[in-house]
Amino acid sequence: MMNLPRLFTGRTASASAPVARERLQILLAHERGLRGQPDLLELLRAEILATVSRHVMLDPEKVVVRMDRGNHVSTLEIDIEVPMAAETSRDGAPVARFG
Amino acid sequence: MAKVLVVTSGKGGVGKTTSTAALGAALAQMGEKVVVVDFDVGLRNLDLVLGAERRVVFDLINVVQGVAKLSQALIRDKRLENLWLLPASQTRDKDALTDEGVSGIIAELRTKFDWILCDSPAGIERGAMLAMRFADEAIIVANPEVSSVRDSDRIIGMLDSKTVRAEKGERVEKHLLIARYDTARASRGEMLNIEDILEILATPLLGIIPESQDVLRASNVGSPVTLNDANSAPARAYSDAARRLMGQIVPMMVPAERKGLMDRLLGRRAA
Repeated sequence: MMNLPRLFTGRTASASAPVARERLQILLAHERGLRGQPDLLELLRAEILATVSRHVMLDPEKVVVRMDRGNHVSTLEIDIEVPMAAETSRDGAPVARFG
Repeated sequence: MAKVLVVTSGKGGVGKTTSTAALGAALAQMGEKVVVVDFDVGLRNLDLVLGAERRVVFDLINVVQGVAKLSQALIRDKRLENLWLLPASQTRDKDALTDEGVSGIIAELRTKFDWILCDSPAGIERGAMLAMRFADEAIIVANPEVSSVRDSDRIIGMLDSKTVRAEKGERVEKHLLIARYDTARASRGEMLNIEDILEILATPLLGIIPESQDVLRASNVGSPVTLNDANSAPARAYSDAARRLMGQIVPMMVPAERKGLMDRLLGRRAA
């Protein structure tokens, strides 16, 4: 399809700078939004770990908290691996399975 | 009063070391007493760009560790008596650079020089953090290219949060230096233009350095481009930037290609 604006501005198909500019604007708006709160995920991870650890023995390395931000919906993903031996609570009562 | 300036970028290969050498030399040519400090531990190159690689005896780490005195490690430029170099070490142990050690050296340099230019390593790790840590002002070197602009944005965020000044609630004055700019390509829309970059990074412009063979030629012979060919386009752009650092008002020139009629007809690029 013919690109009329390009025809008039004399720009060729190599005018990729506007694409670069737009991509950067979107990306940086996103990254700047995250920058103020890099510790939010670490805080969530620590509190989730503390809460679950009160009832189940956990390997702190196996607690992963991830956030994906989209334009409309953001998701918080919490992935906790519970070792087989720990599937009873610290006081001996059975606990619900995760996952 | 002494000013500590960090030359930083996040991304590698954008022209930090070239710019540190050129601006340091330009300030020294204006009569200022200048030291350029190489923070790129392990991959030092400022000595090479300044043509002092064979005169390095002691380095930054030696001074931090108390092996040498600062005066023993400083190398005076052979061409400019006001220009000094504090080289980086080639040791692999980057942890040898400590917060306290750097703080002490910067404090001592402040008593001896008008300008302390810290050439940051690429990246956002320890070396880059320490290079910016004690800065009063920062020069962010960016190329008109997406990854460089993104990294610059990241570095600007760090300057506003991780420096001593930021932690005290003060601000580090920031200057944007756009290097490797090709006016013709930008005007054809093949390259981000100055307005785009300024709008995205929202940081005041210190200068525009054109893409030029003169820069490579100067580093080949170990001479800052402002000394090697003072009339070349990049040398003039760096000198203007140095004058702006001194507080002078210098009109911003977008480097134009100097093309003769024959060059135009033959489609040759100005060298």
